[in-house]
Amino acid sequence: MIKRAGWFLVALTAVALIAPLIAPYEPSEAFRGFLNAPPMRPHLDGLAPAFHPLVLADRLESRFEPDRTRSVSAPWIGRDPDTPVFLLGSDEFGRDVLSRLLYGARTSIGLALVAMFGAVTIGALAGAWAGYRGGWMDEAIMRVADFVLVLPVIYVVLVLRAVLPLVMPPSTVFLLVTGIFTVVGWPFVAKGVRAIVAGERNREYVQAARSLGASPFRILTVHLIPACAGHLLVQATLLLPAFILAEATLSFIGLGFPDPIASWGTMLAGAANYNAVARFPWTLTPAVAIFAIVLATNVVASRKGQ
Amino acid sequence: MGRYLLRRLGFALVLVFVVSSAALLLTRLAPGDFAAMQGVDLSAEQREQLREELGLNQSFTAQYLEWLGGAARFDFGRSLLYSRPVSELIGERALNTAVLAIAALLLATIIGIPLGVYSGTHTGLRKAIVRGISTIGLSVPPLIGSLALVFIAARTGWFPVGGMTSASGIDMTWAQWIADLLRHLPMPALALAIPLAATLERLQSESIESSMRERFVAASRARGVDRARSILRHAWPVSLRPVLGLYGLMIGSLFSGSFAVEVVTSWPGLGRLMFDALKARDLFLVAGCAATGAVFLAAGTLIADLILAWTDPRTVSGDRA
Repeated sequence: MIKRAGWFLVALTAVALIAPLIAPYEPSEAFRGFLNAPPMRPHLDGLAPAFHPLVLADRLESRFEPDRTRSVSAPWIGRDPDTPVFLLGSDEFGRDVLSRLLYGARTSIGLALVAMFGAVTIGALAGAWAGYRGGWMDEAIMRVADFVLVLPVIYVVLVLRAVLPLVMPPSTVFLLVTGIFTVVGWPFVAKGVRAIVAGERNREYVQAARSLGASPFRILTVHLIPACAGHLLVQATLLLPAFILAEATLSFIGLGFPDPIASWGTMLAGAANYNAVARFPWTLTPAVAIFAIVLATNVVASRKGQ
Repeated sequence: MGRYLLRRLGFALVLVFVVSSAALLLTRLAPGDFAAMQGVDLSAEQREQLREELGLNQSFTAQYLEWLGGAARFDFGRSLLYSRPVSELIGERALNTAVLAIAALLLATIIGIPLGVYSGTHTGLRKAIVRGISTIGLSVPPLIGSLALVFIAARTGWFPVGGMTSASGIDMTWAQWIADLLRHLPMPALALAIPLAATLERLQSESIESSMRERFVAASRARGVDRARSILRHAWPVSLRPVLGLYGLMIGSLFSGSFAVEVVTSWPGLGRLMFDALKARDLFLVAGCAATGAVFLAAGTLIADLILAWTDPRTVSGDRA
């Protein structure tokens, strides 16, 4: 599982980095004539895929029909602002859902990755310190960790976020939300690290390092924390989808990123009313993306017995 | 047993006290108070007057001590946002959340446990199918599940798209009201129950698989007890111990999940109330919600601990593995 988890994390990072590069449009580019346009189906024009441009059939119902007499090429090849091609439809502002989904992958996965690194780092250091030192330090750190673990995560996130200013620039939101996620995430890592370090600290190699005069900091970072690598990787894999979901929930209720920023949460927030959900189901694609990531995590995690 | 119970009760009290105090403190420290959050057309003097009337210009210590004194007598102050007593507001909403959570827990149990017993006692394709379903179920967090169910409801009209009762619920008889509630309940409860059911299935399956290998199960089969009976009467009760332990851990995720479900399906529960209170900087309502949530949480963990202690006496002796 450990190897698989490593590859999974690498793959997700790659998705977050590459996704915006393959987006056909800018995430905030709004086509005013094409609000809530449905996904367009490609057909073959010779060898290249082509699309029939959409024509507004009914403005009130916001219904579009393909114009079968004309043909435009895929958005990566040629773009014409009058005949945009929406592979996954457009949202309520006429923005391309596919492009927003890809840019949103960077925001959502990127945020989760940064928060995950923060939580794993702090969790590993705190857990290792507690396990190595023992005594009241151990007791204090683990009590705090246990306390945070008892609380329902999303409420802690909600309270911490809501008491901060409600309107902030996106970069500040990014920093603050990763900080909050780190605060709620570290105990999950620290508990296991503490148990491993407490079991390892009197082993021969640690004693050898100590007798050679290694400082506690060196023993922890060079000898003991690497001993927890497997546990850290597993926890990292489990934290990642939890953070992606937490961001989606926060943005969904309007406490995450402000609207023009594409994140999976802000996209879902736009699809939040049942009328829109029923008529423009393509705006729910971020939900499918989140489902796919959680599913992949569960498949990676469930093979551990074999 | 008495000491164990006392220790757990002590923890519960600390939890409620710390959580509600922290919520009050954090809301107070937050930029902007209730008066600042009111409409834009108020002048600075009017806002100051509002603060005066509502007692918002007191020092935090004075405010906190007053709140603590009231809370000790179960008087949680008045909500600034709704100008009603906090306890009254919370009473209604907490009941709604409890209805949702209990329905989801029942649903998860009814779906998850039998499936787990089935997949744990079967092999091959049948096991793989149940496994596959539960892996998918595990991957549908309440936020995603409720969005998907709202989509299904809006498309098919099989059940209401949201809310807890129909809008015309005022002049209904009790029986009608219950029937109406039962029509609205399945969708949010299911959204909340799906991942829990999958988790239960997982654990029950693993645990009954290992208890099927016990000698007393083989012995019961050798005595001529038929397979179904030896599973249900001999293997299953023993396998329940770790499953019951899971219920304690599920309380937290039940809470977290119900927040998302309440927001998506407009279920008038505690989560929404707290969210609104936080945004309006309604100090006492936030603290009240946090305290109620903590009481639920503590009670849930306490009940789960008691069940665990009852089924496994080793828990009480304090040997933590």
